[in-house]
Amino acid sequence: MTHDRSRPRAGISRRSFLSTSGAVGAALGVGAGDAAAQQAGPDVAAGDQPTITLTVNGQRRTLNVEPRTTLVEALRDNLGLTGTKIGCNQGQCGACTVLLNGRRMNSCLILALVADGTDIVTVEGLADPDGALHPMQQAFAENDAFQCGYCTPGQILSAIACIDEGHATDAAEIREYMSGNLCRCGAYPNIVAAVESVRDSQEG
Amino acid sequence: MLNFAYHRPDSLSAAIDAARVEGADILAGGTTMIDLMKIGVREPSALVDITGLAALEGLEVGADRIRFGALARMADVADDAELKAAAPVLTESLWKAASPQLRHAARLGGNILQRTRCPYFRDTAFAQCNKREPGSGCAALDGGETNLHAILGGSDACVAMYPGDWAQALIAFDAEVTTQGTGGTRTIPFADLHVLPGDMPEVETILEPGEIVTEITVPVVPALKASHYLKARDRESYAFASASAAVGVEIEGDVVGDVRIALGGVAAVPWRAREAEESLKGGPLTEETAREAGRIAFAEARPLEGSAYKIRLGADVVAGALMTAKSRANGGE
Repeated sequence: MTHDRSRPRAGISRRSFLSTSGAVGAALGVGAGDAAAQQAGPDVAAGDQPTITLTVNGQRRTLNVEPRTTLVEALRDNLGLTGTKIGCNQGQCGACTVLLNGRRMNSCLILALVADGTDIVTVEGLADPDGALHPMQQAFAENDAFQCGYCTPGQILSAIACIDEGHATDAAEIREYMSGNLCRCGAYPNIVAAVESVRDSQEG
Repeated sequence: MLNFAYHRPDSLSAAIDAARVEGADILAGGTTMIDLMKIGVREPSALVDITGLAALEGLEVGADRIRFGALARMADVADDAELKAAAPVLTESLWKAASPQLRHAARLGGNILQRTRCPYFRDTAFAQCNKREPGSGCAALDGGETNLHAILGGSDACVAMYPGDWAQALIAFDAEVTTQGTGGTRTIPFADLHVLPGDMPEVETILEPGEIVTEITVPVVPALKASHYLKARDRESYAFASASAAVGVEIEGDVVGDVRIALGGVAAVPWRAREAEESLKGGPLTEETAREAGRIAFAEARPLEGSAYKIRLGADVVAGALMTAKSRANGGE
């Protein structure tokens, strides 16, 4: 992923670090061997809450989830990372888009148990530790690519993936490959402009 | 979402054993299953997550056959340059489906088994749905909205439409599906996988409990290279088909040798339009004969009040798709 090559993914923003430092501390108390021993086994009963491990924005996190817990619920409720939004909660709006092992996906349609052991990037993981925005975040600000902002975290992660996948050749392709992110404010022309500007700066 | 047991077997045989249990459902990409569980249409007591079975991934574009692992991702297959050159209909029908996020999660085996988008099937507030609750009736036929419903292959019990795109390319080109179940391995013509609703719309495929799709194969024929998937929909991207066509042609001189036509967005199951194909074989492919083939494809249509528009739209889509395929047969885009 381009953003990983250009900046350390471990960079978690000050804001999200402060809001989740307690959970991080708890996770760090579990040694690697212990965590492996507590991995969800192949069979989980309906009432169980096994331990899973996610690498979120470069940090290893352990948490306990029910089989029905979705990834977006685990991120928001268990880990306090509320940058990822729940919009439709059924895979139609894209507000919950995260990168899972480098792929953009709707985190509302993925069970947390299924994501066990994966690498997740959320909007909290994009900016530098010193607060400098990711180029795509900067481009969204400069191009006025939002109004209310609710869809924006999902739009930004999808936009980063859109370029990484090679699907940002022209405006028509950007519109096609950003169609999984709805914007009720209708900021689409400015979102396309933001993606084009980041694409052009990476090419240059 | 109700809670459920979760199993992640590390072998196909363990997956079959877990999935054959009553109340268990198979989970792959989950883009249909988790959605249906959230809206209360599916309430499995256990999910069998087969995504750990790496042997079911993969794509192989061979000289004689194209082989798709059941766990290959829609996004990866849609972006495969070799496949795009060899069989454009098999990539176009994937990237014109769903959204990038859904295509990264969804697997091919689940894609061909996706469930209908009939609003009455999906909304449990409606008591009438023979597919969801056998014997309860059909809210669409009983005065409901019918603009999203099948005009081919429906029955008095159910007019739900099969919503998939890729399946149309598969049925047009004689794909086969390999499965493994309690009775061992079997290979099924794709055209036999789905069954018409008849008076048992709750039965959608011939798959047995615990039977898992492992592989999908397509024989390579010249018409695959000059193939196309044309999809008409309410918005330009990220929508199910109002009408679509998967086509391919082989033209010798000025005469159609081989031609394939399948119809999406209009039928209860993946739909091959064989009579329309026959009308073209041995003659020239012109705008006029393409339009006639489109008309023939819908000759047996039984439209409802809301779905009558699909006849003309569908015929136009067939004709348009054929002309693009002809252009490709002549070396064009």
